[in-house]
Amino acid sequence: MLNNRLHENILVSDYDRIAPLISEGSRVLDLGCGHGELLERLTRERHIHGMGVEIDEDAVIECIHKGLSVFQGDLDEGLSDYGDASYDYVILNHTLQVIRRPDFVVEEMLRVGKKAIVSFPNFGHWKVRWQLLVQGNMPHTDKLPFYWFNTPNIHLLTIRDFVDFCRARSIKVLNELDLAGSYPAGTRLIHWGANWRADEGLFVISRAR
Amino acid sequence: MADEKKAGNETPGSVGIVSTQTITVAHPPDVLQLECGRSLGPITVAYETYGALSAKRDNTILIQHAWTGDAHVAGRHHPDDAKPGWWDIMVGPGKAFDTNRYYVICMNVIGGCKGTTGPSSINPATGKPYGLTFPMVTIADMVKVQKLVLEKMGITQLFSMAGGSMGGMQVLEWILRYPESVRSAMIIASTSRLSPQSIGFNEVGRHAIISDPNWQNGDYYQSDKRPETGLAIARMIGHITFLSEESMNQKFGRRLQNQAEYSYLFTREFEVESYLHAQGSRFVKRFDANTYLYITKAMDYFNAAADWGEGSLEKACRRILAKTLVVSFTSDWLFPSNQSRELVKALRQNNKDVSYIEIKSSYGHDAFLLETQTLTRVMDSFLDNLYESVMDHAE
Repeated sequence: MLNNRLHENILVSDYDRIAPLISEGSRVLDLGCGHGELLERLTRERHIHGMGVEIDEDAVIECIHKGLSVFQGDLDEGLSDYGDASYDYVILNHTLQVIRRPDFVVEEMLRVGKKAIVSFPNFGHWKVRWQLLVQGNMPHTDKLPFYWFNTPNIHLLTIRDFVDFCRARSIKVLNELDLAGSYPAGTRLIHWGANWRADEGLFVISRAR
Repeated sequence: MADEKKAGNETPGSVGIVSTQTITVAHPPDVLQLECGRSLGPITVAYETYGALSAKRDNTILIQHAWTGDAHVAGRHHPDDAKPGWWDIMVGPGKAFDTNRYYVICMNVIGGCKGTTGPSSINPATGKPYGLTFPMVTIADMVKVQKLVLEKMGITQLFSMAGGSMGGMQVLEWILRYPESVRSAMIIASTSRLSPQSIGFNEVGRHAIISDPNWQNGDYYQSDKRPETGLAIARMIGHITFLSEESMNQKFGRRLQNQAEYSYLFTREFEVESYLHAQGSRFVKRFDANTYLYITKAMDYFNAAADWGEGSLEKACRRILAKTLVVSFTSDWLFPSNQSRELVKALRQNNKDVSYIEIKSSYGHDAFLLETQTLTRVMDSFLDNLYESVMDHAE
């Protein structure tokens, strides 16, 4: 979406995490789909019926060039055009922290999708805490590669914040992948101390109907 | 479909010298049944083609012209023509509609005044121009005539189709009426039905013509007086709706024409006034007033939801098979973006393969003819992917 750099540099390895979560032939809505790498891959490997939503004009044109269905629009305007449970999966990959009303958008994702997949950089990671606590600087890491004056990230959160958010709203967490590492080495799963040790959270959530 | 596009670094070129041709369909007794209940035939259609039809006859792109457009899309009729065709920037070797790949056709619409049978044509039954005896035609009739022409040319499958404004309405009607004949479609700055605001502007334009005493109930062709005042006023009103507040501000501001002070007279003082008058007088030289009446009425009647979905656009779109691209422009207030989004929503609700892009522009409705750089990238991307995927399957 806004942060194409994230899409180009880091997300490549995330696709490996997301692809196995998606059932063959399902309907997938990718919010903030960027240049459409994930949708293209899911279309090729999982034979999904995909649709992307993206605000950036150049990214939309790139999606069109890939032959994807893409809709140029602003996520903060919501998904009112989309019917209840009209998609099997609604994906928000590394975009939660840049939208104006993340709570509203997550609720909309759960209305439109049978399942939602949300990933975000973890602001509780030890490097982030170190930079702020000891150095006294706004954190600047692989997954938060911006400075305070040019960051598109306006709603930073930790893995624990997201778990608390889901609990408070009775959102069911179907799967939680706590990840560390980045492109090109790829990410590994973190099994303990995730809120300190993982630099990224990836959740599959749903709303019990 | 020989692929010469990627070969070499040839700069996009011109299709060169072209000429408008005619073809006649709906010969009696096989006349065309029109939506209004009347029938018409024979119907002569003016058209131009660029590029070459492939051996498999699978590379045709039909371009639909807008309201006051014509079949002359690209190239020049004479080497010393001041201007090339109206979408020359899009059609030619290496351009978005690459004539090395595609066979591009454009036809003047029925009811028109640029070579296709319309109110200014001679009625073979009377030997006189039709005038108001010409039957009312609709967007559906325009499309049915095009289908007859293509059949006569031996073309049953269209690789793609594109049109802006009223051209987009024809594209939409095509993919609704003949879903299996069109592989992909581009609907640009268009709508599935006119808003009351647009119908209102059309009616003011028509009323300007009808109120002109020289209109003579539409029977002015053999008189030396033509409803030029009425037609020019209609064009001036129409032209305002094609621009935007911003583009008019940029273009004219409040500048005065050839004077520094107000003259306190009812003369043309502001630049915008001179501009609109110039547009009006230029227009009457190339356009027929009755055609103006007929074509605006055809647009007013168009309603895809009513015609194909019992009032529901979602229901109407069920029948569409073409991969569709919908394009709108931010400052277009004649056919605003929300009307395009409404169509996209209806297609998406049916799980159709549809993409939507809203191009930032200050040009208003005219952006579909002026935002050529972005539009070229969008259409080129859309067609390129489709062409490659078709070629993959062919091999």
